[in-house]
Amino acid sequence: MSQSAEKVLDHSALFEEPEYKELFERKKGFEGGCGAAKVQEIADWTKSMEYRELNFKREALVVNPAKACQPLGAVLCASGFEGTLPYVHGSQGCVAYFRSHFNRHFKEPCSAVSDSMTEDAAVFGGLNNMVDGLANAHALYKPKMIAVSTTCMAEVIGDDLDAFVKTAKQKGSIPEDFRVPFAHTPSFVGSHVTGYDNMLKGFLTHFWDGKTRSEVTTPSININGGFDGYCVANNRELKRMMKEMGVAATIISDPSEVFDTPADGEFRMYSGGTTIEQMDAALNAKGTVFMQGISAAKSAEYVEKAGQKVVSLHSPVGVAGTDALLMAVAELTGQAIPASLEMERGRLVDAITDSQAYLHGKKFALFGDPDLLLGLTAFLLELGAEPVHIVCTNATKDWTAKITALLAASPFGKEGKVWPGKDLWHMRSLLATEPVDFLIGSSHGKYLERDIGTPLIRIGFPIFDRHHHHRFPIWGYQGGLNVLVKILDKIFDTLDAKTTDSASFDLVR
Amino acid sequence: MSAVLDDKTRNRALINEVLEVYPEKAAKKRAKHLNVYEEGKPDCGVKSNIKSLPGVMTIRGCAYAGSKGVVWGPIKDMMHISHGPVGCGQYSWSTRRNYYNGTTGVDAFGAMQVTSDFQEKDIVFGGDKKLDKVIDEITQLFPLAKGISIQSECPIGLIGDDIEAVSKKKSKEVNLPMVPVRCEGFRGVSQSLGHHIANDAIRDWVFDKADYNAPFESTPYDVVLMADYNIGGDAWSSRILLEEMGLRVIGQGTGDATLKEIEMMPRAKLLLLHCYRSMNYIARHVEEKYGVPWFEYNLFGPTKIAESLRGIAAFFDDSIKEKAEQVIAKYTALSQAVIDKYKPRLAGKKVMLYVGGLRPRHVVGAYEDLGMEVCGTGYEFGHGDDYQRTTHYVKDGTLIYDDVSSFELEKFAEKIRPDLIGSGVKEKYIFQKMGIPFRQMHSWDYSGPYHGFDGFAIFARDMDMAINSPVWAMTKAPWKK
Repeated sequence: MSQSAEKVLDHSALFEEPEYKELFERKKGFEGGCGAAKVQEIADWTKSMEYRELNFKREALVVNPAKACQPLGAVLCASGFEGTLPYVHGSQGCVAYFRSHFNRHFKEPCSAVSDSMTEDAAVFGGLNNMVDGLANAHALYKPKMIAVSTTCMAEVIGDDLDAFVKTAKQKGSIPEDFRVPFAHTPSFVGSHVTGYDNMLKGFLTHFWDGKTRSEVTTPSININGGFDGYCVANNRELKRMMKEMGVAATIISDPSEVFDTPADGEFRMYSGGTTIEQMDAALNAKGTVFMQGISAAKSAEYVEKAGQKVVSLHSPVGVAGTDALLMAVAELTGQAIPASLEMERGRLVDAITDSQAYLHGKKFALFGDPDLLLGLTAFLLELGAEPVHIVCTNATKDWTAKITALLAASPFGKEGKVWPGKDLWHMRSLLATEPVDFLIGSSHGKYLERDIGTPLIRIGFPIFDRHHHHRFPIWGYQGGLNVLVKILDKIFDTLDAKTTDSASFDLVR
Repeated sequence: MSAVLDDKTRNRALINEVLEVYPEKAAKKRAKHLNVYEEGKPDCGVKSNIKSLPGVMTIRGCAYAGSKGVVWGPIKDMMHISHGPVGCGQYSWSTRRNYYNGTTGVDAFGAMQVTSDFQEKDIVFGGDKKLDKVIDEITQLFPLAKGISIQSECPIGLIGDDIEAVSKKKSKEVNLPMVPVRCEGFRGVSQSLGHHIANDAIRDWVFDKADYNAPFESTPYDVVLMADYNIGGDAWSSRILLEEMGLRVIGQGTGDATLKEIEMMPRAKLLLLHCYRSMNYIARHVEEKYGVPWFEYNLFGPTKIAESLRGIAAFFDDSIKEKAEQVIAKYTALSQAVIDKYKPRLAGKKVMLYVGGLRPRHVVGAYEDLGMEVCGTGYEFGHGDDYQRTTHYVKDGTLIYDDVSSFELEKFAEKIRPDLIGSGVKEKYIFQKMGIPFRQMHSWDYSGPYHGFDGFAIFARDMDMAINSPVWAMTKAPWKK
């Protein structure tokens, strides 16, 4: 017996003890496995070029994709409005999944409801669920708005949100003037970023349709962050930078408070977020900056039609990305970029100068959402690092064109290959047959690190197995510094681990 | 006595208080799910396994979660296709901690998200052809997979796909067991129907296709340890006790199970059922068709472990009974040391539980072994028989809440101010912000195992960590006191 009260062993140590190793051996006798030699043979084969070719012939099977479904994005978008309850019309299990997905990433509560459609709704439609659901949600959670999106069940049976919400109001579920922005978010189209875009457009339409725009004379703009796992810190950083510039910026969908509430004895179901008044006023802003333009294509189009200038960026990480953001804001508003931000820029460049020798020529593989991949790739290129495999499961044609052009424009992008629509099982083959030094992606990349040995730098969504990363921005010059340090820490840790037994185990690096 | 009366009065008042906030129709429905347990009653006096109210933040999941997430997903040498759009498989990818041994992606496929990733055209034209191709590609790329299950997501049942026909055809073509499971998320009211459907699929697509006349060398001590999902290694810290008491575990499931082990159920002399809720259906079937008895056991905390090991031994001869006593004796010193260390820090602490499966009752004994008291409990997806079984565990005056909503649970906790809440990840951060210590009792909060004597030590350590963390003293700023 290895367990003791003095030194309690949990799973990470207990099952390494001999009595459990013996148990595992005994169990194997009943498992009907194919033996260690065969497993090794197949394991080796899965890392071969022959396997890679077979793997890339896949047309139907998807293994370990780096994308989720639309309503997840809709829930994140809706969470960023003040007092707003995300409401998903359809099966209830989906909402349990969305909530737990965000819980695990942010280590924060996530409030959202479903109207729990079951077999009868599948036959007769989900109108009754909507009628009761809005009434119950309104009574219990006292929201200022309810933002409705859909699961694939509701989409397949063809429920009409516009008609349903109107009927529910007629039946007295909620007051006639109660705000219910909505969006259809079919899971079988696009990904979580598409759902975010649809819900955002739902909000914009709800607030702006039929209104006349009269542009303000003050330096006032809107910024939208898109589906961003770092929204807590990134939005705060954006607000800080805008303040430095003297720009009045409305963050359209700002979950930075609701996903970062204090532990002070009180649970805040709602906290912060874009207000109704801000949304009304946002129509008259000088323009809107979309921080993740590819993932906000429909919303951007709508804003442009509403008569505003639109700036579409691609998750700007690093020096040039932040330069572009600030210059765009300066152009929109006529405000100068202040010396304080120029100082921050200089500090980031200084940091890169200090560390560039460790970054130059290092080869990277990356996976994640389209805009984030553009931002990270641009940053790697300015560090003199070489992006080699870029896998984007939820790529669009626009993304493929943009990232191809980005790589082509840099001598460090020559080896870069772009893999739109591929998944992490494809990435496994790429890493096994054309090794790189480091992998950048979400926590799901840890299986690739285990299988192939490529060290994983966790940047993306979701981050489940490291705490509090979302509390530090990746945008702005400060954010660039954070990303730089994340990359460098992994580089140095890897170097130390590799040189433990050699003279190269240097104190000063 | 008066303390119990006070609690009862308070709990009844609490129930009325939360019901007042609901619209009338909803309040009437919710009233049936909330009660104060009266000692001597045959059940907890609540309705269960009924639809959740629309728009009310239920903590429940769906049938797919019950089948893929609970019953089928942990079977490690099969590939489980999340058949439909990408989300369901993505959110349930590796989040339940069903531990297994094996080489992932080669001869074990647990920590993988395998999906047919439906696009609009699959919804419009049907997904059967795609499924056919998915299966071909699986067999090419994962030659050591011993079978394939098809876990239906919502659209499958709505667009009229015939996954059973595809399964039959492909099973012959590729010579592998195929298991179509109709666990579309809109079926039933919770995970629970998904368990049932998943059990039926074991009956129809595993047992009915296996050859039980084939020779098998059995012993009088053959058991199958089932309905343990090996969360954090629970099944392993259970199995070790069964083996020590002289039993031969010929199959384990579905945590760390192979398909071959699942096929063993009808071969056993006794089925040992841990999570009654999720696998009683197949246990009853095996009993009826193959004459194998089953026994619901509980390996949380030394009192219940001893009771369960004796209960299991009672099915066997004296040699097993003797060895069971030896096992209990062997671990007594460990359990006593754990109790001596932790009980002084935990005695008298009040616990509220809200979990799924068997835990709302099974863990009560483990808390009591540490001198703690469960003052409220409820099931996410329990049935009437669960609430009957709960009466053996809970005390007079315990607050009972079935399919509790986040709103109700928060209100209850605010007033009762328990010393610990045991529930899921969706609840964890809410209560921690309220300054109430919390442990996730689905995933063991990334710890475990909690089963068996080895697990009890970890359970005690973790409850102590949660309750006696210095962080709770910092919730209020000193100038606010």
